[in-house]
Amino acid sequence: MNAIVMDNPDTHSGVSNAKLGVWLFLASEVMLFATLFTSYIVLRMGSTTWPWGWEALNVPLATLNTAILISSSVTIVMAYARVYDRDRTGFRTWMALTLLLSFAFLVVKAFEYGHEFHLGIGPSTSVFYAVYFTMTGLHGIHILGGILLNGALLGMSYSDSSWNDPLFLGRVEGAGLYWHFVDIVWIFLFPALYLL
Amino acid sequence: MSHSESGHHELSFTQKYIFSVDHKMIGLQYMITSMVFLLVGFGLMLLMRWQLAFPGQAIPFFGHLFPADLAPNGVMSGQFYNTLGAMHGTIMVFLGVVPLGVGAYGNYLLPLQIGAPDMAFPRMNMMSYWLYLPGGILMLGSFLMPGGAAQSGWTSYPPLSIINPGQTVWILSMVILITSSLLGSINFLVTAINMRAPGMSLGRLPVFCWAQIVTAVLLLLAFPPLEAASILQLMDRVFHTSFYMPKDLVILGKQYVGSGGGQPLLWQHLFWFLAHPEVYVLVLPPMGIVSEIIANNTRKPLHGYKTMVASMIGIGIMSFLVWAHHMFISGMSPVLGNFFLVTTMIISVPSVAILTCLIFSLKGASIRYNVPMLFALAFLPLFGIGGLTGLPLGLTVTDIYLHDTYYVIGHFHFVVVTGSIIALLGGVYYWFPKWYGRKMNDTLGQIHFWGSVICMCGIFLPMFPMGLAGASRRLYDPTAQVHNLGVQPLNVVSTYFAYALALFQLPFIYNFFHSIWAGEKTVENPWKATTLEWACPSPPPHGNFTRTPRVYRGPYEYTAPGRKTDYWPQTDPS
Amino acid sequence: MNNHSWGLPVAASTYAGKIDFGIYLIHAAMFGIFVLWGIFFVYLLIRYRQRDGVAAVREDHHDTPARISVPDSFSKFPFAQMFYRNAGELKSLLPDFLVMAFEVALITFYALPVWNSIKISMPDEKDALVVEVVAEQFAWNVHYAGADGKFGRRSLELVHFNNPIGLDRTDLDSFDDVTVGNELHLPLGRKALIKLTSKDVIHDFFVPEFRIKQDAVPGMLIPIWIEPTRIGHYELACAQLCGFGHALMRADVIVETPEDFARWLRLRAAPAPAKPANPSEEF
Repeated sequence: MNAIVMDNPDTHSGVSNAKLGVWLFLASEVMLFATLFTSYIVLRMGSTTWPWGWEALNVPLATLNTAILISSSVTIVMAYARVYDRDRTGFRTWMALTLLLSFAFLVVKAFEYGHEFHLGIGPSTSVFYAVYFTMTGLHGIHILGGILLNGALLGMSYSDSSWNDPLFLGRVEGAGLYWHFVDIVWIFLFPALYLL
Repeated sequence: MSHSESGHHELSFTQKYIFSVDHKMIGLQYMITSMVFLLVGFGLMLLMRWQLAFPGQAIPFFGHLFPADLAPNGVMSGQFYNTLGAMHGTIMVFLGVVPLGVGAYGNYLLPLQIGAPDMAFPRMNMMSYWLYLPGGILMLGSFLMPGGAAQSGWTSYPPLSIINPGQTVWILSMVILITSSLLGSINFLVTAINMRAPGMSLGRLPVFCWAQIVTAVLLLLAFPPLEAASILQLMDRVFHTSFYMPKDLVILGKQYVGSGGGQPLLWQHLFWFLAHPEVYVLVLPPMGIVSEIIANNTRKPLHGYKTMVASMIGIGIMSFLVWAHHMFISGMSPVLGNFFLVTTMIISVPSVAILTCLIFSLKGASIRYNVPMLFALAFLPLFGIGGLTGLPLGLTVTDIYLHDTYYVIGHFHFVVVTGSIIALLGGVYYWFPKWYGRKMNDTLGQIHFWGSVICMCGIFLPMFPMGLAGASRRLYDPTAQVHNLGVQPLNVVSTYFAYALALFQLPFIYNFFHSIWAGEKTVENPWKATTLEWACPSPPPHGNFTRTPRVYRGPYEYTAPGRKTDYWPQTDPS
Repeated sequence: MNNHSWGLPVAASTYAGKIDFGIYLIHAAMFGIFVLWGIFFVYLLIRYRQRDGVAAVREDHHDTPARISVPDSFSKFPFAQMFYRNAGELKSLLPDFLVMAFEVALITFYALPVWNSIKISMPDEKDALVVEVVAEQFAWNVHYAGADGKFGRRSLELVHFNNPIGLDRTDLDSFDDVTVGNELHLPLGRKALIKLTSKDVIHDFFVPEFRIKQDAVPGMLIPIWIEPTRIGHYELACAQLCGFGHALMRADVIVETPEDFARWLRLRAAPAPAKPANPSEEF
């Protein structure tokens, strides 16, 4: 337990620089998405017509995506645990699975977008779709960022010096924190856009 | 490890001066770049001042250099004036004062004052600068884009900003700048939290560090909302969404294409949610600088260290709750106005406390009148004018009349120019010996100081009577409105002082560059100061301290009883 | 008539005096604070300049915090220890308490009631003259309901160079409606309820003599009220950046006797303006 709390006894806070940095970055990300959610509420309150999410959007696909993202949060924790136990192949397997799930999420999302575009629906159709495309689009960009990050970590595990670097565990942890955040944003987006 | 290694190896020119990861070099890069941007922003203002004083007359010397659609026959057009106005505000705030106060001073001094060898993330620090510079160049480059640069004011209120040309590049550049400042603020916070030298408890941090910490928190939490708001505006412009566009717009006889259903006021709320904390980002680092200079030159501890720190934190928290006092007459529910009136009056309390502490610090002092101290002392009454004139603007009723008049311009320029910029200039004279191991020339400094202060007052004081007479801001031809004619002579006065102010910056620029190479050499601690940055060589080597310093006492132990010298450095073990 | 000073324009509405009172009061207080404070500041600068052989005096030199003890009579109050230990620091909050007291008084007795009377409570539509003002780049369109007190229907499709607000002249309510460009006529001594909106971007309705200012936001209908107290010609100027012609966006405000106003309204309403020959003609 002590090892986790005081993961860097050289610093004043006992938290390593990298981890503190990730937390601060996530704080700013919270503000970013909180602003978008606030804008969504304000626009919806001020709007005379607002479609029901489940009628306008494809709920089954989104539910599938929710399941995919939640599973990927589990797999990245497994990957982190494998690094903790110094199990290199185990880490690669779980990380690759995480990446696979992230891609699956994007593919499902692409189908959803494609279907809407096919129907002639775009961001300029109405404020509802503007909110929908902007928020899910920004979330998608965050998923892409996570894929790059996780992919880089997977690649780094093939280099002995990176794998043996004592900072590697912290890097995976940081990526995990970020990935959980992206996941949580989706957990909020899903009901806000599809179910309400 | 890497620090001691790089200390031995000779770094290449590029590593040392361009893609440097040393917080001091990055600080100086920020310093020079932001000062250049300040001059550019000031230059735009000089053009605008000509038009304001002599509307309809061709701009002398430069008039015919501008394209005919911007300045037909050398006379400034309304569109050109709006472009200059928007860019002046944007450049001064986002590319000038904030990078100077945070990027330059914070970067250089924060690690030194807390006794750290560098920032927590040196490479990320370099990245901040290398996002800031291209972001700034992109912003300036927008002048060359078809349609010109942004021309909807630095506040970019939609729907105007959606239909005006030039705004897209503005938004893109803002997103880059926001990213840069986010990286910077994360870096500052981690450094201040984790990298303090042994013994440097939070209660022993210099006030300047506290100012930087609060500023970093504000930047971290206030900029993302602007980023989100900018993304929405970008969507409105590029994909014709209607976040900010209501139904049934008819623009110059043409029906608008978007779906409608959005709200113009949403942008104003989001923008001011950033931009009010931003005001304190402009003001807190300079307050920190002034505190350092005053403590050093009064030769006694600051009055009310705890009060000042608590006030700064209080300002930081409150600054998130006052944004809509910029929107009393925007069409927002007037009942909300009452709420923001009260929060606005509350936030004046910590500001008054800080100013009072600084003045009480003078009591019982032994004031050394050197150039940095002159700047710091001038800050107090002039910033005071800025603060006091905020009172009728923060009060809903009087704001009905004074909103968007020159009174507002006078108010915030007193805060930012005679407040922030005066303090930032004073900081140059104070820390120059640390940066370059040489002193700046005193006589030229005196000329610069008196010239600048008098000219700044000459520019901004006439704006108060103009505002009281009802002269609105952002009019490219003030004489087009009859009720402005009576105060037009004041515009001329303002303009002449602005040109004089430009002349008085020449001794400073000469002094700065001349002193880098030919200034009088100084010692490690020329001001006999107590804080940690004076405990390392001037200029500090890579890695700053030869040995990790240990801190034994608070930051301002001047004239301590029973000591031979009148200063007791924080690192002195005796 | 001298109902204004300090460079403020003539006060020509019922609440102009109230707003001016606030401006005078705050400025007097500001001058007072600044002068007192400036005298103290200059005194400190001269009195405590550096002199040979005179060292600075620390505030904690004479009574270090450790030596202060709380008198028994106070010690049972909460935070008494804390206040006593920080007595020196708290002294610097004294000006704060004064400023705060001033501000609290200002808010309670001045700002809240006056703000509520100007911006929150609106006159009854039955008693007031209702005017709709539609701003556009770069003009003010003023719409009166005429004798029947009913505004005609407006429609987006009818917006045209000759009909900038898109008034539907086939609507019965619109037959006696009056629309004027860049001219606002108001009768003396009667409350006018003005409903502001905009066709394109945000504009701002500002008449310095009335001391009223309000943004006109597209998609919103924002009410303001004015009761003019002086006959005369004033200026309605846009006070919110609205584009390249912002400075030129102005209108005449004419306050006249109720009789003159009624005559003017009748004259303007008499012939319904003929429809242009080719309605599809764009300007």
